[in-house]
Formats: sequence, structure tokens, C-alpha cells
Amino acid sequence: MLDLRSVTAGYTRGAPVLRDVSLTVAPGEAVGLLGPSGCGKSTLARVAALLHRPDAGTVTVDGEPVRRWRHRAPRDLRTAFGVVFQQARQAADPRLRLADLIAEPLRATGRRAEVARRVPELAAAVGLTGDLPARRPHEVSDGQLQRACLARALVLRPRWLVCDEMTAMLDASTTAALVAVVEEYRAATGAGLLAVGHDRVLLERWCDRTVDWAPGWTAAGAADGTRNQSPQDPTHSDRVIDSVVSGS
Amino acid sequence: MTPPQPPQPSPSPVPDAPDAPDAPDAPTAPVLSVRGLTVRFLMPGGRRVAAVTDVRFDVRPGECLALIGESGCGKSVLTSALLGLLPGNARTTGSALLGDLDLLTADERTLARTVRGRRIGLVPQSPAAHLTPVRTVRSHLSETVAALTGVRGRTARRAAAEAAAARAAFPAGHLDRHPHELSGGLAQRAATALALVGDAPLLLADEPTTGLDRDLVDHTVDALRRHVDAGPDGTGRALLMITHDLAAAARVADRVAVMYAGRVVELADAAAFFGAPGPRHPYSRGLLQALPDRAFTPIPGLPPELTDLPAGCAFAARCARATDRCATPPGPADPVACHHPHPAAPEATRA
Ligand code: SF4
Repeated sequence: MLDLRSVTAGYTRGAPVLRDVSLTVAPGEAVGLLGPSGCGKSTLARVAALLHRPDAGTVTVDGEPVRRWRHRAPRDLRTAFGVVFQQARQAADPRLRLADLIAEPLRATGRRAEVARRVPELAAAVGLTGDLPARRPHEVSDGQLQRACLARALVLRPRWLVCDEMTAMLDASTTAALVAVVEEYRAATGAGLLAVGHDRVLLERWCDRTVDWAPGWTAAGAADGTRNQSPQDPTHSDRVIDSVVSGS
Repeated sequence: MTPPQPPQPSPSPVPDAPDAPDAPDAPTAPVLSVRGLTVRFLMPGGRRVAAVTDVRFDVRPGECLALIGESGCGKSVLTSALLGLLPGNARTTGSALLGDLDLLTADERTLARTVRGRRIGLVPQSPAAHLTPVRTVRSHLSETVAALTGVRGRTARRAAAEAAAARAAFPAGHLDRHPHELSGGLAQRAATALALVGDAPLLLADEPTTGLDRDLVDHTVDALRRHVDAGPDGTGRALLMITHDLAAAARVADRVAVMYAGRVVELADAAAFFGAPGPRHPYSRGLLQALPDRAFTPIPGLPPELTDLPAGCAFAARCARATDRCATPPGPADPVACHHPHPAAPEATRA
């Protein structure tokens, strides 16, 4: 069970983005969290994936209350999560070949021995065929890069997946392909999913149930259409995920 | 199967397909007429990337043509070619006539001074990157009004800036905000307002709805549509919208051009394409069937490498209808580039 209770979180002390949000994902369940852009749902996704410490509230993962976040979280908790963001370009180290991008979490957690088997297996599962795994991000399309980011999120066999607008930049066929990969993985492993997005048609088709972001969850001043989006900009979270993955 | 089309001398002022139901009887010269547009990138080591191949389409006054396809299909390269923004290693052939000006051979000075902003209004993909962070929306708009229109005098410019904002549904109360104080949706409206200021005959919208919520998508494309529809008589404006958002395309487009592996593979009436009888090219069909409110099944495999395109149909490796014939190129999208297209509507059901 992934359980968020009365979570309040933000980026500036005393100015939360979201307030008093509670959300539960049962083991093996796929929950879609629907909300307009700027409402704070990406911040909640980061809290749920242990990438952002909330100001108040609790997060409990499979019965274990989370006390530390980001690279300070215990490794077995950190590695219980696979996360995919909207902007693959910003999430991927431009110097790494796609195969190394996928292998990065294995290397960072001392599981190099699995690279030779896991990486080709996952590259094939996400449809990265031919010499694509040997290419660098600038040599592939956005869709191909997002396939690699999804493979990276799955490489440690997480029990929980958090997908924040994973397909917002992608065409219909690539979207359907990536969702199919996630669902195959979940069918094989029983992993739970929190999919955050604004596309109701997509999330209703994809998930077991959807939850609408309640207007009251957005902290006052955070969603009047005037707020700077940058605190939720994926660039931030992506640097964080690098530190999560490489932090010891 | 395909009705014969009169051969087309290029460039021709004659519309190339009888598919604009509202078109006046007298032939209207297209606002933009693209013929044989081909772009190659010369890469280190002698590789050549066939980014765009033999693309041909027209956009007529009062019309919205949606160019759809997945990332890497060549649609953004095509956009850059039309704006004269290709990098130095690009080799371009063909023609893209905007009135009597060929965008592909025009020099940078002409493009910068008379085309971008004036004859082509650009609605960008990431509006935030398009706006200067230190200036307010009002200051962006006023400056653009001063640069692109004959409006002189502070008061008149102020009024023109406010009118432009209103046309894009940008709220007047937010005009004095800086770009970083805007939500994604409002930044998109600001960028749209800027694109409308020059009253250009052609609007070029490059993925204008990426990352926007559905109601903001609707707002954005509706504002573009209104602008096209409001074109002055006879010199109506046209919209070329490049997008991977099929719902946005279905909402505004009169016609659809589908790109795959650098080629336009199908040109279709939007109502027939999104409704009945549906797309005729197997790739277009696959794309629609991948939508979450349709079958939600992906097209198997990946597009071919643009450095290593097959001799025949580029879709053959992924196509359930492929036969031996598909080892030869299927010919132009006139209206569908396929040896075995899905049938057009049966004659009997046609009015
Ligand atoms: S030409 Fe052949 S391979 Fe290509 S789309 Fe048509 S049927 Fe399929």
C-alpha cells in the first residue's frame, strides 16, 4: 500500500503548493490522478516517489512510514520506486548512451552484475531495437528517449511506479506502446501505479480508477493561473532523480 | 480506385483537389503552395539524413491544414524549412511559394524583414522560451505592434496591444505580468496574441498545444480558428498547424496531411479522416487506432531510420497490408501514398 495522509508540500517555507492531500494506492492497483497544469499534482507525485520532502503529513510505503527523502531515504525504499517524467530530454544525461542510461540505477546500487542481462531485455521490452541502445540522446527522437527513460525506471524492478505526464509529449502510437509496456510490467510483477496527468481520456482508459485533484488541495495563491510553474518544472525533479539514483 | 487528378504544373494557382467544400467556385490561389520539398542533412562521415522527401501540399485562404505525425517524422524540419531556420548542413530542394515569394530560396534578410511575423505568424511550441523574461506581456505586444503594424502613437499602440490580447483570450488584467508569472496556458495565449499582431496571411502553429490541459488546447486552437475565419474577404488567412495532438487536429482542421518517415503519406478531408470512412493509409489508421478512446493499440515496431530508408514503402516493415508490390515506392500522396489503401467511402453511401 502506498498511502499519503494529509500531505502539505511546497518549495518555499510557509508557501505550500498543495495542502492536506490524502491518496492511497493499493498493491497492484493503477490510480490515475487527474488535475489541471499548475495545480500541484507533479509535486504530489514527487512526494509519493520520495523525491520531495513534504512540509507536513505522512507517507507510508508497504506499511513502512517514510522518515527520510531523496538520497537520504533508505535504499530499499528508494529503489522500490520507478519514476518517469514528462520531459525525457531533461531527465536524461546527454552524455550517456541509451544502454548506459538504462543501466545507471543498477550501477549506482552496486548491481553491475545484472547489467548484461537486464539492459538488453528491457531495451527489447520498450522497443529499442537495432543500434538504438548504443546511441546518445541527441541521436534519437523524443519518443525513443522516453522509451529508454521508462526502461530505466523499470530496471530495478520497482514495486511502485510513478508516471508524471509520461506521454504528454508523445504521439498516439508511442503513448499506447509505453502504456502497454507499463501494463505488461505490472501484470508480471504486481507493481502498483500512480499515473499523474491532465488527459482524462487516457487515464480513464489506462487506470483501474481515477482521482480528480480537489480544488481545495491547491494551496491558496498556487493556482490562480498566475503562478510561476518552475518549482514543478521537471528539470528540478530530474536532477533530484539523478541524485537519488547515484546517491549512496 | 483513386479519381484521376489533373496533372499539376508547379507552382500552380489552381487548387489541387476538390476537397474544400466551402471554397468559392472561382479557384482561389493558395496562401502557401509547397511542391517537391526535400530536405537532406549532410552528417559527419558522409551520412545523409532524408528528413523531408518530396512533400507537396497547399494551404488555401480560410483553411486550416493540420500536419500530423510522430516526433522524428520530419514535420518540425519542414517547419524550419518554411521559416528559413534550417542549420547550415541542410540541403533543400523544391519550392514553397508564399504568394510569389519562394521561402526556400529567399535570403535571410528578406525572411527576417518581411516574412517572419509579417507574412507568417508563428505560434511557437514553448511560449515561455519565446518571451523575454524581463518584459511584461504588454511591453511584448506593444513592441510587436510598433514593429509590424502601421499603428503609431502611444494610445493607439496601447489599444492595438489590448485588442491583440483580447483576440487570443488573454485577460487584460494580466497584461502587466512578466512571463514567469504566467501559467502555461496564459503564456500560450500571450504567444498566440503576439503571433496574431502582424495579421499575417499564414499562421504557422508548431505543436501549439503540447502539455496544455484539454480546455486550454480547445481555447488555443479555437483562437487560431477564429483568426482564420475572420480573414478579410478574398485575402483570407490560412493556418498550417503542425501537431501530434490528434484531438486538437480533429477540432480545427479542414484538411489533414499525415507525415511518415519524411513523406506526406495521406492528404484527406478532416471530417472523412476522423469520422467515416476514416483514414485510408495503413499508417494513418494505426495512428488513430492507438488513441485511448479507440483501440489503444500501438503500431508495432518503430519508424525506419532516416539515414537508411527502404527502397519501397517506408511503412512496409510495420504494415499488415504489405505485399511484394510494397517493395516499390507507392507514389505521391494524391491523396494516399499506398499500394493497398483502405477504400474511400463506397459510392452508394455518398450523397
Ligand atoms: S504501400 Fe504497402 S506497405 Fe506501404 S502502407 Fe501501403 S500497403 Fe502498407
